[in-house]
Amino acid sequence: MRSIWRTVSVEYLRDAAALGAAMVVVGASFGALAVSAGLSTLTAVAMSLLVFAGGSQFLAVAIVASGGAPVAAVLGGLLLNARHLPFGLAVAHVVGRSWPARLIGAHVMVDEVVAFARSADPRRARQAYWLLGATMYTTWNLGTVLGAWAGALLPDPDRLGVDAAFPAALFALLLPTVRGAATIRATVSGAGLALAVTPFVPAGLPVLIGLLGLVAAGRLAKVPA
Amino acid sequence: MTVWAVGALALGTYLIRLSGLLLRGRLTVPDRTRRLLDLAATVLIAALVATAALTQGDGFAGWARPAGVALGALAAWRKLPLVVVVLVAAGGTAVLRLAGVP
Repeated sequence: MRSIWRTVSVEYLRDAAALGAAMVVVGASFGALAVSAGLSTLTAVAMSLLVFAGGSQFLAVAIVASGGAPVAAVLGGLLLNARHLPFGLAVAHVVGRSWPARLIGAHVMVDEVVAFARSADPRRARQAYWLLGATMYTTWNLGTVLGAWAGALLPDPDRLGVDAAFPAALFALLLPTVRGAATIRATVSGAGLALAVTPFVPAGLPVLIGLLGLVAAGRLAKVPA
Repeated sequence: MTVWAVGALALGTYLIRLSGLLLRGRLTVPDRTRRLLDLAATVLIAALVATAALTQGDGFAGWARPAGVALGALAAWRKLPLVVVVLVAAGGTAVLRLAGVP
């Protein structure tokens, strides 16, 4: 094996375990919701295996469950996932250049994996990406199967507060990447802009509109490399 | 949710993810562009944190979630491990909901 795999740091394993545990709970809530919205267990599980983008899966199921057209569910989900294009541009060098790395790495590109790799020591970013990518994919699908089969028996995930766990974890992963006044200006304006437009535009657009916060960085020369 | 809809969402999502990787792979990226792409990812994650912490659908998420996230953020600020951040955030929100905070 290549040297980056020789030692998987205990710290990374612990972080991945924490995020993975929360992912099982959210995956189970998706499985339970999907089945109660009329999806077969097979469709719910296939959706988690093939789409693997939680927010868009919840959104698509909610749209269809409330009587919306499947086309609207697909388009709404894709709009929500559009942010993965700039994410891919930002982490391509971390994922790896070989075709297997790109083809598999693309599929496990969820927000937390991108943020985890970016927060890691650059020499270990690839290890971080793949470790969390594999963890999140496994736990999300495990959770979906659990929820689809035993949804009625599971506690309400809101009572466990997992909806607070992911934004807090993303914040923790974001912190080390926000350095310098220009970056702070851009992130604060981007976040503020996204919040301001949330009541008025469809899901997914707020964070894309938040990208306009980049303007607040001013000259890129002042952004730390 | 029909089979073709699941397939279309899966394929579209995969192509979005792959296209970012491939576009970057084909170009030799100048330093300025690399900084811009990196900053764009940082801004996107910040926007995700803000909207996921405070909003649900197109409205306010209620107080329990942002309060839990704030506790978790404080733990992150103090450089506590991610597992502590996750537990503090979820635990804080869970306790508030138990106490009747929406």
